[in-house]
Amino acid sequence: MEKIKTILVKEWREVFKNRLVLFTVAFLPLILTAIPLISLAATGDFGEELSNSASPSEFFGDLCVGLGEMDCTQVYTLSLFTIMFMILPVAIPVTIAAYSIVGEKTARSLEPLLATPITTTELLVGKALAAIIPAILATWISFGIYLFGARLMVNDLVFGRLLAPHWLAAVLVVAPLLTLMSVSFAMMVSSRVSDPRVAEQLSALVILPIVFLMIGQSVGFILIDQRVIWLLGGGVAVLDVILVYLAVRVFERETILTRWK
Amino acid sequence: MIKTENLTKKFNSHLAVDRLTLNIGEGEVFGFLGPNGAGKTTTIRMLTCLIAPTAGKAQILQYEVGRDDQMIRRNVGVLTETPGLYDRLSAWQNLLIFARLYEVENPERQVEKYLNMLGLWERRHDPAGTFSKGMKQKLAIARALLHEPRVLFLDEPTSGLDPEAAKLVRDFIAELRGKGRTIFICTHNLDEADRLCDRIAVFKTRLRVVDTPAGLRRQLYGRKVVFHLAQTADSFIDTLRHIPLVKEIQAIDNKLVVALDEPEKHNPDLIRRLVQAGADIQFVGELRHSLEDIYLQLIRDEA
Ligand SMILES: Nc1ncnc2c1ncn2[C@@H]1O[C@H](COP(=O)(O)OP(=O)(O)O)[C@@H](O)[C@H]1O
Ligand SMILES: [Mg+2]
Repeated sequence: MEKIKTILVKEWREVFKNRLVLFTVAFLPLILTAIPLISLAATGDFGEELSNSASPSEFFGDLCVGLGEMDCTQVYTLSLFTIMFMILPVAIPVTIAAYSIVGEKTARSLEPLLATPITTTELLVGKALAAIIPAILATWISFGIYLFGARLMVNDLVFGRLLAPHWLAAVLVVAPLLTLMSVSFAMMVSSRVSDPRVAEQLSALVILPIVFLMIGQSVGFILIDQRVIWLLGGGVAVLDVILVYLAVRVFERETILTRWK
Repeated sequence: MIKTENLTKKFNSHLAVDRLTLNIGEGEVFGFLGPNGAGKTTTIRMLTCLIAPTAGKAQILQYEVGRDDQMIRRNVGVLTETPGLYDRLSAWQNLLIFARLYEVENPERQVEKYLNMLGLWERRHDPAGTFSKGMKQKLAIARALLHEPRVLFLDEPTSGLDPEAAKLVRDFIAELRGKGRTIFICTHNLDEADRLCDRIAVFKTRLRVVDTPAGLRRQLYGRKVVFHLAQTADSFIDTLRHIPLVKEIQAIDNKLVVALDEPEKHNPDLIRRLVQAGADIQFVGELRHSLEDIYLQLIRDEA
């Protein structure tokens, strides 16, 4: 435990001196929280206009049962943006995790590190937590801000929809699972490549599925409801198990130390 | 302390270390001398459990490489070929991380001790990346010593340093001697091995020879005495040639070069004979072969 903490603190000391990391951990969540709030404010203002548009209820399906058209639009907007809180947990840790191992390789610091009595598990857990903890915290804090802002802008009925169990599950359970997916994928890449930039670019690919989901939703192809969230959660959990296994397997001490120049 | 038996490492088909057998005693400063690519770093990496041997055995203290790796890591310190410091972190943080990873009992105190000992205390809060090469090397040595290891491996401790920094590092290593710590130094610097080490192994993929620095000289060339005469030396060859102790004799201008095992004992007799034969002796000295000659001969590949 002590060693995991040592690695964790060391990673943070190093990584938070990097501007890109500060950006992804601090500013990205702020921006992604500001966008839905601004949009929400907009739908509030232009609610009249929107309510004149062709029968929204049909398009929204059972999303709007028991709601007026403007409320319905707001609920739709909210659900559209709640997916943001699934992009954040994937995007935030990528930079930190992608750098975690290849960074040590390029600094040649991996050899003295592996010469200490640290176990591979301690090392990997320490490094993974260094990426996971800020990602989850930043996601939850942003979600908190989002809820607070939404509360000020929508009525009780609409806000109640926002607090639906599947959305809470999405943020509280699926988001951490997504973070783990992102981190284990990025660390696996980080073990294999020899250039931090390449690590970052390859690792960033992990965001794509979520982006597709978001696009699918915004063009009306998929409606993210309870079922989709549970499916997503289950799928990601399975993926996590596989990726964590692979990330540990790929970290073969001797190979990582010698076969990268 | 360090014992290896037919230790071998192959990278695919490339043989990097071939059946290395060594036996290094407690408190010994052991020089592992060989040219670039000889397999020195590979050997250290096997002995510090960083890479697995392809064949053979190695034992550090009472621990077996491949079986008691964790115990070996606890008891061994290593200065890697490149310092590998965290450039963005301060000297203090760099050392503290390792003190914790090595489970040092009072990490702050140990870190302070070694920062002071190596003269880095004043700069403890500066990022390691701002340090000169020599300071980085010292910091890396401190890092290897924090847990007071009984065995210390140093991989080319002075390579790439300017002469002044190299001297500082060498002096520090000299201070580490004689404290019961076994030190294994890889180097391609003969002079360094000569000055620091109790014994030297000349190594290039295979072990060529192991001996004390003086023994190496003697073993290869025997000892030679030079008599500087006032006249040409040719005519005195016969005076000494028939003496059984004299293994070899050679005249070069007015110098007579004589090979014999124990010059201390036999020189007076030789001098007497030469004087009796009419030689005017100006100087008598021992001809020392530089270790370099010996080394170059040893690592030459017998193709
Ligand atoms: N991971 C590796 N894969 C393949 N060959 C290697 C590897 N590491 C070292 N070698 C080769 O093994 C030989 C010994 O290398 P090394 O131990 O670094 O030598 P030294 O430290 O004496 O300069 C060299 O020919 C080197 O190219
Ligand atoms: Mg080397």
